[in-house]
Amino acid sequence: MKKRLLIIGVLVMTLSLIGIVRAQDLSGQLEIFSWWSGDEGPALEALIALYNSQNPNVEVINATVTGGSGVNAKAVLKTRMLGGTPPDTFQVHAGQELTGTWVVAGRMQDLSGLYAEQGWNEAFPPDLIDLLTVDGAIYSVPVNIHRSNVLWYNPAKVEEWGVSVPATWDEFLAACPTLQAAGVTPLVVGEAWTVNHLWESIALGILGADGWNGIWTGETLANSPEMVAVWNRFSEILACSNVGADSAGLSWQQAVDKVLAGEAAFNIMGDWAAGYMSTTLGLEPGVGFGFAPAPDTAGSFMWLSDSFGLPVGAPNPDNTIAWLSLLGSVEGQNAFNPLKGSIPARTDAVAAAPDLYNAYLQSAAEDWAGNRLVGSLAHGVAANERFMGDFNTVMEVFIASGSAEAAASAMSAVCITSGACAGA
Amino acid sequence: MRNNRDRYIAFVMLLPSLILVGIFVYGFIGQAIQTSMTDWGQNPAQPPLAATVIKSFVGLQNYENIMTDTLEFYFRNALVNTFFFTVLFVLGCVAAGMILALLLDQKVVGEGFFRTIFLFPMALSFVVTGTIWRWMLQPGGGVNILPQVLFGLPPIEFSWINSRDVWLPFEWGNVPAYLTMAGIAILAFLAVRYASARRWRASRYAVLAAVIVLLVFAARLWDFVWLPLDTPEAETPIAPKGFNAALVGIIIAAVWQMSGYTMAMFIAGIRGVPEELREAARVDGCSELDVYRRIVLPQLNPIILSAMIILGHISLKIFDLVFAMAGPDNAKAVVPGLLVYTEGFRENAFAKASAIAVIMLFFVTLIIVPYLWSQLRESRSRGR
Repeated sequence: MKKRLLIIGVLVMTLSLIGIVRAQDLSGQLEIFSWWSGDEGPALEALIALYNSQNPNVEVINATVTGGSGVNAKAVLKTRMLGGTPPDTFQVHAGQELTGTWVVAGRMQDLSGLYAEQGWNEAFPPDLIDLLTVDGAIYSVPVNIHRSNVLWYNPAKVEEWGVSVPATWDEFLAACPTLQAAGVTPLVVGEAWTVNHLWESIALGILGADGWNGIWTGETLANSPEMVAVWNRFSEILACSNVGADSAGLSWQQAVDKVLAGEAAFNIMGDWAAGYMSTTLGLEPGVGFGFAPAPDTAGSFMWLSDSFGLPVGAPNPDNTIAWLSLLGSVEGQNAFNPLKGSIPARTDAVAAAPDLYNAYLQSAAEDWAGNRLVGSLAHGVAANERFMGDFNTVMEVFIASGSAEAAASAMSAVCITSGACAGA
Repeated sequence: MRNNRDRYIAFVMLLPSLILVGIFVYGFIGQAIQTSMTDWGQNPAQPPLAATVIKSFVGLQNYENIMTDTLEFYFRNALVNTFFFTVLFVLGCVAAGMILALLLDQKVVGEGFFRTIFLFPMALSFVVTGTIWRWMLQPGGGVNILPQVLFGLPPIEFSWINSRDVWLPFEWGNVPAYLTMAGIAILAFLAVRYASARRWRASRYAVLAAVIVLLVFAARLWDFVWLPLDTPEAETPIAPKGFNAALVGIIIAAVWQMSGYTMAMFIAGIRGVPEELREAARVDGCSELDVYRRIVLPQLNPIILSAMIILGHISLKIFDLVFAMAGPDNAKAVVPGLLVYTEGFRENAFAKASAIAVIMLFFVTLIIVPYLWSQLRESRSRGR
């Protein structure tokens, strides 16, 4: 409650400040297309309120299409783009979901001028900007950062079972029989995409940051011995999980619930789980729930990011530029992220208002500024949409056949049809 | 003269809707067929969502791919699932609807109330039905713990939509042989019927035809006809074919939703049987059971056929129920409608999605066209 008051206070202050300083004469409409509704709605509305105070004459149309990680919104967006009626700006995962889908299709406008004008080239980490860049042109403005490779647990329960939080997968596999003997699922996963999510953390742990990036540049071959090792390790870990029992019917929230209830020991999920546990369930980070980098991935930050760009043919480009400028600013990022439960993409934003962020987010921001950054596969950063879809097929091959070699060769085939591994 | 003018006016009146249907139904069907023969989304050098995509003609390449490519087993799973889903869904709805209709025909108190209750699920959308049943069929709760809660019995262990069990397993490579045998069986049946109707002179032709068909069968002609259907050896370990147990829950939900509808159709049919006919049968010494068996049910045949056609094309096109219950990535519960969506709008493989859509259309046509044909012939013969 106190924190929310504080956030609102800061918002009001920045609102009034900006209102005085910048009095632009923009008018018309601004259609913002996103999948932020429900729990994520207030964060977007805070940004829109900020925008309205800066540009009182612009009518903002908040076009949201519900559905987690944009499953439905992306389909609607595609029909709109193909039909020639793009919105003024739309939410898109930074990385291949932006570049591999929209930039290569020639549907986005270069924003490098705006980057230079706003000094963003220094504010955002270069590894992040790299993945928004094609041939020297930058195509979107990242609002937030989520981390994919996080291990979640219940500190009280872990102590009760007498296991330590695994820093490596070897430690996890050693603890697995103890946990199973205690009637606990050592690692809980949910529906199909959360299994892919687990896989990327394991692959990152075995291949390392360079090896992981190498998959997408063609240096780590999908059917190489290292990748077969990844699948073998994955198989050992799945044997300590609930895959094949009740996993397919669990949402990621239900999987997290099992950890908190003590029915399962560990879960690997993105740090939106921290938002779920601290905001929705009201738990204290570090006390009600514990967090650590996924085993073997300390020092690496596997990220995903929501960003907004300027599509070709946007009806009100000036209004969009004003929106993007707000998104990239410290006040914009600090208005949005505490409510969303993510960290700012700018490395200097948390330091400007540390009180807005809880213990988890502070630690994540520290890692964001200091760790090796690698893009997530399951969330559209590392590989194009074709590969992501076909990766489900690879996963099914692996789960059905149980063969690491079969999975590796299937992935190799998918690499070729999607063109995702040749280093776009 | 008068007649001609009427026809002319009728034609003019129909013209707008003919044009609209021509463009928005047949025109787009044509476009889907055309798209399915291009490489839109298959060529990494051509971004599928660009303003100007160069789509090259590739003939039946996409169809061949989804039938034979090792990694396209989702589509083949979907075909098998559609078969089992359609058969069990249609049979389930017809059986449940018939039982409900017969029960309600017994002049029960509060018939209107029960009729409303049974018809009510139809007022829900498949998405609502799917969400409710998905919750009820969670492995660790819902239906599974019902015996425990009610009677203290051990809970059911079946994991419903999560199940990876395959019942009635068969080899995908044998499907052409099964289809050929089914086709020959139907031909033989027709030949026998034809022969018995026309006495023995025509039956010579029938016997001849049957012999030819058998020869064809013996020559394993399907090996040539169905060559494109041959799939890699890897199919069985990766994607075993058979009745996927994951479908059971989905079929139950679908039958729950649609059996009220068949019930309503059957009640209307039963009520349409004149009371005099029943009376006459009773006077002639029929028991109540025989009244239904010999008088009422035979009159329901056309209604059963209509119900099967309507349910059949719903099940061939099913999307929302499966999406809500199993999600888009459950390889054991995938159906063609889901694949059109995921291949097209998630993976941008528009040509492949079109090919799947065209195959769906083909199956629906197989059901609808003979039905329309017979209806048309019936109404024409009735008109004269």
